[in-house]
Amino acid sequence: MQQVKKVGGAEPVGRSRPAAAPAPRGNRFTRWYRKYGFVAGFLSVPLVIYAVFVISPFVQAIYYSFTDWTGLSSDYKMVGFKNYDWLLNDDVFWKALGHNILLLLILPLVTLGLGLFFAFMLNVGGRRRKNAAVAGVQGSSIYKVIYFFPQVLSIAIVALLFQFTYNPRNGALNAALDAVGLDSLEQLWLGDPELALWCLMAVMVWSNVGFYVVLFSAAMSSIPRDFYEAALLDGANRITTFFRITLPLLWDTVQTGWIYMGIIALDAFAVVQIMTVGPGGPADSTQVLGLYVYTKTFRDGQAGRATAIGVAMLVVTLIFAVIVSRLGRRERLEY
Amino acid sequence: MGSTSDFGRRDLVKRSAALGLIAVPSLGALSACASGGDSDGDKVDKGTKSEKNPLAVNESAGLDVVIFDGGFGDAYAKDAEKEFEKRYPKTAGKIKHTATQKIQTTLQPRFNGGTPPDLIDNSGAEQMDFGTLVGKGQLTDLTPLLDAPSIDDPSKKVRDTLREGVVEMGRFDGKPVWVLYYAYTVYGIWYSRSLLAKHGWEYPETWDDMLKLCKEAKKKDIAGWTYPGKYPYYLPFSLYPFIGKIGGREVLDSIDNLEPNAWKHPAVKAAFEAYYELYRKGYILEGTPSQSHTEAQTDWTQGKALFIPNGSWVENEAKKTTPDDFQMAVGAPPSLDDGDKMPFGTIWASGGEPFIVPKNARNPQGGMELLRIMLGKKSSQNFIRQVSSLTSLNGGTEGVDLPSGLASAQELLTKAGPNVLNPRIQDWYVGLNKQQIGIGALGEMMAGRMTPAEAIKKIQKFADDTAKDDSVTKYKHS
Repeated sequence: MQQVKKVGGAEPVGRSRPAAAPAPRGNRFTRWYRKYGFVAGFLSVPLVIYAVFVISPFVQAIYYSFTDWTGLSSDYKMVGFKNYDWLLNDDVFWKALGHNILLLLILPLVTLGLGLFFAFMLNVGGRRRKNAAVAGVQGSSIYKVIYFFPQVLSIAIVALLFQFTYNPRNGALNAALDAVGLDSLEQLWLGDPELALWCLMAVMVWSNVGFYVVLFSAAMSSIPRDFYEAALLDGANRITTFFRITLPLLWDTVQTGWIYMGIIALDAFAVVQIMTVGPGGPADSTQVLGLYVYTKTFRDGQAGRATAIGVAMLVVTLIFAVIVSRLGRRERLEY
Repeated sequence: MGSTSDFGRRDLVKRSAALGLIAVPSLGALSACASGGDSDGDKVDKGTKSEKNPLAVNESAGLDVVIFDGGFGDAYAKDAEKEFEKRYPKTAGKIKHTATQKIQTTLQPRFNGGTPPDLIDNSGAEQMDFGTLVGKGQLTDLTPLLDAPSIDDPSKKVRDTLREGVVEMGRFDGKPVWVLYYAYTVYGIWYSRSLLAKHGWEYPETWDDMLKLCKEAKKKDIAGWTYPGKYPYYLPFSLYPFIGKIGGREVLDSIDNLEPNAWKHPAVKAAFEAYYELYRKGYILEGTPSQSHTEAQTDWTQGKALFIPNGSWVENEAKKTTPDDFQMAVGAPPSLDDGDKMPFGTIWASGGEPFIVPKNARNPQGGMELLRIMLGKKSSQNFIRQVSSLTSLNGGTEGVDLPSGLASAQELLTKAGPNVLNPRIQDWYVGLNKQQIGIGALGEMMAGRMTPAEAIKKIQKFADDTAKDDSVTKYKHS
């Protein structure tokens, strides 16, 4: 830890012009062109593509959110803030928003927590063995494969799989409870508005945790071994090494993971759409913004309102991004 | 990262990209947007009108058909297309046939872009909202088809060969007929004759008998009822006619008309409480609130429950799991008490599988002609045989060996005579009926998480909200 560099802090940006520079040839344009043209040439094409395919749909969506567009006809008119007015008074929207926020708070915490724990156990948490001060638990390479496996499956398959598992009549979950004599714990699972969202969260954690195990493992393997050896010589236990060495050195990776999980939590569309048909679960108990946009557009023929929900989603995402980048600012260690 | 939401996000992105792409031209046409994407110019020329070709179909234009691939599959439509090709040999190989469950996601971009197909079976969980389609002038008036001679008997008009009420159902406001319902569905309480007979039971004609029968069945470890808990909007298939039977036609009409306090009618309360009794006494198959329609139907065909609210498509849909000696049958809602306004035998029967010809279709005459062929005896009988359901063609069952469920539906229909109900809330206000009433209240009530009184209060509020919502096109019984 030789050097501590501040990240995200302001570095002096002012450009100093060499006082005695030779007078440049040509007029101002060629000068400008010499300086930036090359770069601009390369940047313009992707920028145009980005503007057409990324920026313009955003702008259009915002535009359409002020119309009564049905999505079934190109005939529509401006209605001002009517869609937003409807949105603010719509119970389902608030419910969906609440669910997304709940997912946003819980999913990353649980998934990343588990990911970190597993990765730590696989890489440094094992017993000391010959010739190696630091090692993972026995058979850690096999565990890695097992953990990563759900990541290989498409979310559609995962969701279908768990739909059967949760089936209260012949699903594996109730059958397992039955088999060990815990029939009293049998539930309707996805059919119970109290449980449905938690069931979905479990699936999302299950399918994502493996990715973070692998990601964190990779990051951990780049931490120099001698840090651990030094800590062990000083008598640190596993918990101390985790919180004093591993976690601080992994902070950047954790932050990246947090953003990814946040995106997944703000989406959650596929799992909800496939698993809790209805859609949106019993009494909208698993309704999320993404699905609400979809049903408003494709079932109710109210694309104008749907785009308003989409804009609301955009705002939530932006707030999330700001918060994460604020929280993320901290010192980075280099080694 | 190659992670998770492959299905969802990408699909959604693709769709929004598609929408975005459509949006670009429409944004350009913004100044002229009031007239919309009227693309009359893309239409094919009409053919020559003749006795054989009364709708003046362009014989070489080809055809674009989209069929909902649900309980009835799409083979019947393919067969009809073959008939079409036989009649107009020049179209051979030019008929584009698409079968999908995702009607709206498939077709919405095409409607927006002004290039919809020529004939659509707008059905299923993702059917396009009729109110919006009609309100936005997206459909072709089918009157020329109804006035064309029937394919079997040129002296009769197509409209005179159809079952009572079918033409009416296709009207949304005023004169034009926007929708033609091809199938004719009998809704009610479906059961197995052989299962009842095995235990010496009879189909209950009163609600008290229904409860008694369920009690008996419970002793034998058979549940009384099951229903698709994930789609609780199947419950109305037997509940709405029950309400109509108790309180009379007007109750259902006022519900359809979104009249204030329509749901507060005593008949609604009585019917809800009767159904709630099924839950309270434990006559609903365990786990039902989590089952999809196929899961519930399988439980039912396996004899785990006696009754299921359903429509006549169930015979075809549940074919694979139905034992040979099941003897499927449909029953009318039992009588609640002597005060019922309508006699036992009152049922809900109405057109199913709504077919539409879009306004901007390239070849609307072709679309209508295919429907005319489908409404002929040959295609109708083919449909009856293939999928065990009636068509809107009156009769047409002569000489066909009807499977037991369909035979019972036919019998029930004859017995009901004029006492046929047709609640329109199902097709007038799809979102209200499915999401709000079905999933928001009825499903909750039958799972025991809401009392009938709470459910009624909630539904009334949903209905009032819809009545107030000026983005929803309103319809009234005339």
